[in-house]
Amino acid sequence: MENVEKIRRFPCTVCPMGCELSVDTKTLEVTGNGCPRGKAYGVAEVTHPTRTLTTTVAVRGSDRVIAVRTDRPIPKELLLPAMDFIRAYVAPETVQPGAVLVEGFMGTDANLVVTGK
Amino acid sequence: MNSVTRYDAIVVGGGVVGCLTARELTRLGARVLVLEAKSDVAAGTTAANSGIVHAGFDAETGTNKAKLNVRGSAMMPNLTRDLSVRYRQIGALVTAKGDEGLRGLEVLLERGRKNGVAGLSIVRGEKLRALEPNLSPELDCALLAETSGIVCPYGLAIAAMGNAMDNGAVLLRNTPVVSIETVEGGYLVNATYFAPAVIDAAGLAAHKVAALAGVTGLSQHPRRGEYLLLDRNCGSVVSHTVFTLPTKAGKGILVSPTADGNLLLGPTAEDLPEGADCAVTTAGQGKIVAAAKKMVPSVPLGGRITSFSGLRAVGESGDFEITKRGGFIALTGIESPGLSAAPAIAELIGETLGEAGLLPEKPMANFNPVRTVVRPKEMTDAERDALIRRDPAYGRIVCRCEEVSEGEIRDALRQNPPALTLDGIKRRTRAMMGRCQGGFCTPSLLSLVSRERKIDETEVKKNEGESYIAHERTKGGN
Amino acid sequence: MASIKNTLPETKVGLLVIGAGPAGLAAAVAAYDRGVRDILICERQDFAGGILPQCIHNGFGLKRFGEELTGPEYAGRYEKMAAERGIRIEYGATVTKLSDDRRVTVLSESGMKVYAADAVILAMGCRERPRGALPVVGTRPAGIYTAGCAQKMVNRMGLLPGREIVILGSGDIGLIMARRMTLEGAHVKAVCEVMDHPGGLRRNIVQCLDDFGIPLYLSTTVVEVEGEDRVTSVTLAEVDEFRRPIPGTERRVACDTLLLSVGLIPENELTRQAGIEIDPVTNGAAVRENRETSIPGVFACGNVLHVHDLVDFVSEEGEIAGNAAADYLAKQEKIETAPVARITAKNGVRYTVPELVGNGETKNVTVFFRVSDSFRDATLVAENGDGVILSRKVRRMVPGEMQRVDLPREKLVGEVTLSVAPQAN
Repeated sequence: MENVEKIRRFPCTVCPMGCELSVDTKTLEVTGNGCPRGKAYGVAEVTHPTRTLTTTVAVRGSDRVIAVRTDRPIPKELLLPAMDFIRAYVAPETVQPGAVLVEGFMGTDANLVVTGK
Repeated sequence: MNSVTRYDAIVVGGGVVGCLTARELTRLGARVLVLEAKSDVAAGTTAANSGIVHAGFDAETGTNKAKLNVRGSAMMPNLTRDLSVRYRQIGALVTAKGDEGLRGLEVLLERGRKNGVAGLSIVRGEKLRALEPNLSPELDCALLAETSGIVCPYGLAIAAMGNAMDNGAVLLRNTPVVSIETVEGGYLVNATYFAPAVIDAAGLAAHKVAALAGVTGLSQHPRRGEYLLLDRNCGSVVSHTVFTLPTKAGKGILVSPTADGNLLLGPTAEDLPEGADCAVTTAGQGKIVAAAKKMVPSVPLGGRITSFSGLRAVGESGDFEITKRGGFIALTGIESPGLSAAPAIAELIGETLGEAGLLPEKPMANFNPVRTVVRPKEMTDAERDALIRRDPAYGRIVCRCEEVSEGEIRDALRQNPPALTLDGIKRRTRAMMGRCQGGFCTPSLLSLVSRERKIDETEVKKNEGESYIAHERTKGGN
Repeated sequence: MASIKNTLPETKVGLLVIGAGPAGLAAAVAAYDRGVRDILICERQDFAGGILPQCIHNGFGLKRFGEELTGPEYAGRYEKMAAERGIRIEYGATVTKLSDDRRVTVLSESGMKVYAADAVILAMGCRERPRGALPVVGTRPAGIYTAGCAQKMVNRMGLLPGREIVILGSGDIGLIMARRMTLEGAHVKAVCEVMDHPGGLRRNIVQCLDDFGIPLYLSTTVVEVEGEDRVTSVTLAEVDEFRRPIPGTERRVACDTLLLSVGLIPENELTRQAGIEIDPVTNGAAVRENRETSIPGVFACGNVLHVHDLVDFVSEEGEIAGNAAADYLAKQEKIETAPVARITAKNGVRYTVPELVGNGETKNVTVFFRVSDSFRDATLVAENGDGVILSRKVRRMVPGEMQRVDLPREKLVGEVTLSVAPQAN
């Protein structure tokens, strides 16, 4: 990984405007943002980028899968390890949208919740 | 040693010729076995060709091609009615321009009359325009062949095989012929199946199968024809099959409605070495577009759904080669007009085996020549409503583009010869053949095949070998 | 013996909505809220939400609900709204015919029915462009899927189409599937885009490709597929400015799967059947600002009209159509009026929706449009026969993102054009 660069440039993904942000990785100064949300995103992206994980889990007693999500973003680097957990996980037969399957998912403050039917 | 199963006749190859032959021999009272190398009948040359029932003016008078084409074409209306196969006698126009073109048409007209083709005439000017308003103004004369028609080629083969099976014939798929031993009174195929008569209708592989039986000296090579298929809303641009004057390389590229209402452009004609694949090429597609535009400048290319190609078997002589050695009959060089001639080839084989005393004395007493298929889309609304009330599966649409119901898919998976693969369902029902090309219905079809055949969804194939649709389950083991 | 009837009896219905996706649901809910009670939604699938239930990723609903929902959650909200209002949805009901007098033939497992509807809303959505529509040559093995087909397999059925993946097209579904397949353990080797810019939203480039180090090759296409039974490789080539492959740039990539995300086509077979005027650019009906088509009482909304990037806009358009249908039904006399203006997309603007302006009462008419190129610091210009009616500087416009502009209704008369001047005035 290239961690030596001082200024990181990347597009803001908060809204569809797609502002081109430049963030100083030392001072955390953000330029190019069109709004304060962009600034916060820029800082987060270089300090502790997070993502919402959306995937499916197996359901007990069937070949079916059901859609799930983390109810808040989790550290980006946890996405793939989380999938290893998910692959081994089996949800109970009767789960409704909104049901919490795993609290404190992967040691974060996020829960794994059901979204699909 | 394996136990040997005895038949009266073994047909090698489940193309349109093999399937019609199996049906004819069954009708004549024979116990027939069909051995097909692929996962389904009608999966080779029969799956990818123009679907034209030619009138029969093209081949040189006196050749097998000429005789069998004219006879086959005459048999087609009754045959397709019995087998519920889509067939329409829409007529063909061989178009040309100028005096030279006109002379060429006159040669064809004369030959056609000698071949015994009815309904031929030369049309020019206003009359031609009235027949095909979208024809290029450059083209000022044409030979009209009223008996020319369009048929669903794989539909015909599948229906013929199904009807043969309904009357007792046996079909084995995924069964390539690897050995043919000449034994007392007949032939032992794959060391397992015995019959006094073997009909080699293996298409592109026919010369190889013949060699297994010791019939050497036959040679064939593949000729690839590429096609372009347009959406059903383009099918009315022409109302006849439109050609230009034929050349040595074949009848050239045509523009034609298909029996299912699409518009078909093609084929190219590319001679290739053995083992060639059914690829489409940039050059080939370009040729088709150029030739089609020359005939019908307004051809709506924006409606293109897919391109495909097929291989036809070209023999040494340029004619259909029917080689009989004892009870073994090899059919090589069955290129165009093989589809048109297929019913007549089957009839000829029946006669030949009969004369050789290789068939039972009497035809099958209770042979039922009719095979029916439920086609809700061809019914009136009231009939369809009544059908669905009897069987709700016909009211659940799976393929939205071609409006194919779950009932029809289920029938395809159950009715002789039952579909084993997605391509098999496609050829039987037209599911996945429409404008979205299976984008919407492939997942549902996976489930239906899995349910009907009691196999896992990951075991469902498109066609041959390793052609699985789903690689694995994402979450396994419960 | 009674004679066999060849026609079916007709059932009257106030508003018939074709499709219970986000557009149809929003339209039905809006019509209900404006007083229409006799509403029937015909949905061909066995569930509501259209394509949303398989779009399990988040990013939906920021505009509508102010929070980031997944597809199933977004669909669930609208399904609930429809249920709360007691709006009838017939599932597994495929509309097979639509006539120019609003007769709708519906096929379902209970039989065939013909509805005589006072108003119809078209909300059939769109389909994906298949391989056959592309100049990709080679064999036809298993292993080629549209991205949406693969999405259904992975997200709804738990089936992984393959392990070594190449994706053609950087539309949003293609990008989303690149991430999805990666999370499920497949190796996405390349995403190719024939254009010189990505087709999908930038956030998806970042979160679906960059996050996982998936390479995106711009100005690159797939020219050939190889494989007998199953795909074994594809050949990529760079393309010139006319999107023609450049000889000598071909490169073979071994893979077992090719996903196509090469465009969405509004599904307007019924619309054409009814003889409704079609905009050749959007491939959807040409509509007035209230989303009324050329047949009075027939409205269209959502992706059947033009392909949207955000479902939030689909719902918004559904509401416009639903409200308009309610107004139409409330009118005692149905007087047909000719449109007062036609809006034509010109230089730099690819299409507009609406294409026509009727005699509505709002001060402004909101026009949605897409540009044909990327623009920075350009000027958007609207003109009528008398001259410029709007000239506005725009910081950034890209083809992948739908734009909108409000035009003063009083100026929308006769022929109106919308165009982009590349440099700021």
